[in-house]
Amino acid sequence: MLGWELPPNNSGGLGVACFELCKSLAKKGADIEFVLPYTAEHDIDFMRITPAHPQNVADVVKAGIAYDSYKYVFRDGHTEWIDIHGQQQMYEHAVDRLIRESDREFDVIHAHDWLTFRAALRVKQQRGCPLIVHFHSVEADRAGREFGGNPLVREIESMAVLMADQVIAVSEHTKKAIMREYDIPASKIRVVHNSINPNDIQLLDPDNSYKYLTEMRVQGYHVVTNVGRLTIQKGLPNLLRAAKEVIAREPKTLFLIVGSGDQYFELLQLSADLGIAKNVIFTGFQRGKRWRDSYAIADLFVMPSVSEPFGLTALEAVGYGTPALVSKQSGVAEVMKNCLTVDFWDVAEMANQITAFVRHAALRDELHKNAYREFQKLSWDTSADKLFTLYSEQLQGAAA
Amino acid sequence: MNQRAIVLYLHVHQPYRVRHYTIFDAGVHHNYFDTPYEDRTSNERIIHKVAEKSYLPTNKYLLELLQKYPEFKLSLSITGTVLEQLERWAPEALASFQELTRTGRVEIVAETYHHSLAFFYSREEFEAQVRMHREKVQQLFGQTPKVFRNTELSYNNDLAYWADKAGYKGILTEGWDKVLDWRSPNFVYRPAYTENIRLLMKNYKLSDDIAFRFGDRGWSEWPLTADKFTHWLNESGDATNFNLFMDYETFGEHQWDESGIFRFLHHLPGEWLKQPGNTFMTVSDVIDAFEPVDHVDVQQTITWADTERDLSAWLGNNMQAQAITGLYALEKRILGTGDLALIEDWRRLQTSDHFYYMCTKWFNDGDIHAYFSPYENPYEAFVAFMNAYHDLLFRLSKKGVKI
Repeated sequence: MLGWELPPNNSGGLGVACFELCKSLAKKGADIEFVLPYTAEHDIDFMRITPAHPQNVADVVKAGIAYDSYKYVFRDGHTEWIDIHGQQQMYEHAVDRLIRESDREFDVIHAHDWLTFRAALRVKQQRGCPLIVHFHSVEADRAGREFGGNPLVREIESMAVLMADQVIAVSEHTKKAIMREYDIPASKIRVVHNSINPNDIQLLDPDNSYKYLTEMRVQGYHVVTNVGRLTIQKGLPNLLRAAKEVIAREPKTLFLIVGSGDQYFELLQLSADLGIAKNVIFTGFQRGKRWRDSYAIADLFVMPSVSEPFGLTALEAVGYGTPALVSKQSGVAEVMKNCLTVDFWDVAEMANQITAFVRHAALRDELHKNAYREFQKLSWDTSADKLFTLYSEQLQGAAA
Repeated sequence: MNQRAIVLYLHVHQPYRVRHYTIFDAGVHHNYFDTPYEDRTSNERIIHKVAEKSYLPTNKYLLELLQKYPEFKLSLSITGTVLEQLERWAPEALASFQELTRTGRVEIVAETYHHSLAFFYSREEFEAQVRMHREKVQQLFGQTPKVFRNTELSYNNDLAYWADKAGYKGILTEGWDKVLDWRSPNFVYRPAYTENIRLLMKNYKLSDDIAFRFGDRGWSEWPLTADKFTHWLNESGDATNFNLFMDYETFGEHQWDESGIFRFLHHLPGEWLKQPGNTFMTVSDVIDAFEPVDHVDVQQTITWADTERDLSAWLGNNMQAQAITGLYALEKRILGTGDLALIEDWRRLQTSDHFYYMCTKWFNDGDIHAYFSPYENPYEAFVAFMNAYHDLLFRLSKKGVKI
């Protein structure tokens, strides 16, 4: 399996999805070698993790979020920072060499997202085994659909869907995006939804990290949260515009924006320009207890993404006790019926729904109760079952 | 022989910088201004650095000059926030200022204790801070200021009217061309709509030659010597007073020792006093010595900062506006608690520097801003400030104040 990240060195959902899928697959007996582009310690015993180091590189140190540069430490001691395209190429060649020198045998190549696709094609070239490319997101979506995204990335994605034996999308929403962007017939794409393991939800510490918000709630304030990368795909400017309308009607509403990303400064400035800076709190990227507490402290989780292939955070929110309002352009609504939906561009309707939530505790409680019932039935095992079936099909196909 | 005076006025100030204060600190720690010594925002470390690089050596040179030349005089404004920090972390630097004033030829100028923009937001709060500053100056220097300067030399007709009524004999501001028009800053003026008070306007060309351009090797006049500088003054034609107003930290901090700034200071009085009639005056002396030549009408607020000479460096973007209006909106509730620690924290957050750090005018003036900011960028400054603001709300709430 070729992947770009695993927890705890993940920047978001991609790493979590890979980790959980592999864990469930391993339980079913899959023997997985997971090839990463960087060096790190993992507490993982259910599969083999191999760092793919380019020639003459001793260490690759991952910095921050997915699209940052990585630090390459060469054997002669010098270091270089390499950007995302450079990394993608380094990974491709490193994997190529790794497989050439490896005597392990593989039945199926499973590659996650465009960064690994060229490497995967190299492996297929060498070994000839079936190739499954797994889309956790599509370039056009990441770019907010405005311009179709980076042409170099599009080229890789488009080549991969043509040459792969099987394409997997994390939602019907993403399947449609792949068909739309790359003219691939529906029959070549299968949907394997992301999921969540209810048992992985950790017990909440009653002592929430947000002392200020806890106090404000006592004073009758409500908290609306978003957890995610601050980038164009996530549609946060519209949430802030909706927030202005909500605050005009319910001044005791606070918006908690958890995450980091290229839109951080822009969003700070926008909250000030809209005149709501006092009601919008930016926390930066958080992990662990603070991350869980960000869900738990809120009355409502809002995910206003312009286009969200899946949207694991909405399920996490429900797991930690907070119902979700998600954009209609999100995959997660396909597996969770009990969430509110709104078009990402419909600021007035977004404001309307948030205001209703802030005003009516009964609405919030009822939605969460029903959402939580659905949540408890979810499992990554279901997703892994589907993958296992796909692997078998591919192997039979390869044998035939 | 007509008298011509250099009016050297230096402004001494350090804010209480807000540390990297997060939303997770709000409601837990109320120490917005305390941070480990090695941090960029450590006030103690910065006061040590500035005392060593600027206050101590400059005061040594100034004292020598005062002892050597009976004509040498100067004026200082020293904010309450820097005085407190000197008392706590650099008492030897404070003593060196006191030694200067004991000569009787160093005049202290009045201002707000917290170096705030309170005049534009709350007259009551503004007056309270001016009072606090006067008391602090009386306590430490044994003199009562008679001439007023508002934070950042911000000024308009209203302020002059206020200062006149408050009994000040003079007030300082920028000698901005748009206000002076064809007139020269090298005279005493009278503010419009006032009778008794006098207006001294900074000669920004000559002041900035020292404060900003002195060490600039790309400047056509580099290197600037005391000889050359006094030659310019002597050749200036009609003039009674050359108002050289600048940050005290020009000496040793903005312009490093290596630039030759101390040698310039050391030689300036000697060169200037060579010509008969040339002298030095404090801001009060010059008001006593010369009659105003005209009145000056300033309807819109001017300051001594940036190419705009307005308040846009502090209030020009919406982050700054939201932060400062949010802070002043708490006034009644904060003062109502009678909690001195809370009131003091609220006042420390009023210091104009916090808003300056949030300035997003990147170009031209932006590089100056970046030099003075202990933050990576204006957004970081804004977030730290707003988190401190949230903590003020938390503290109010805990006291049962409605928020």
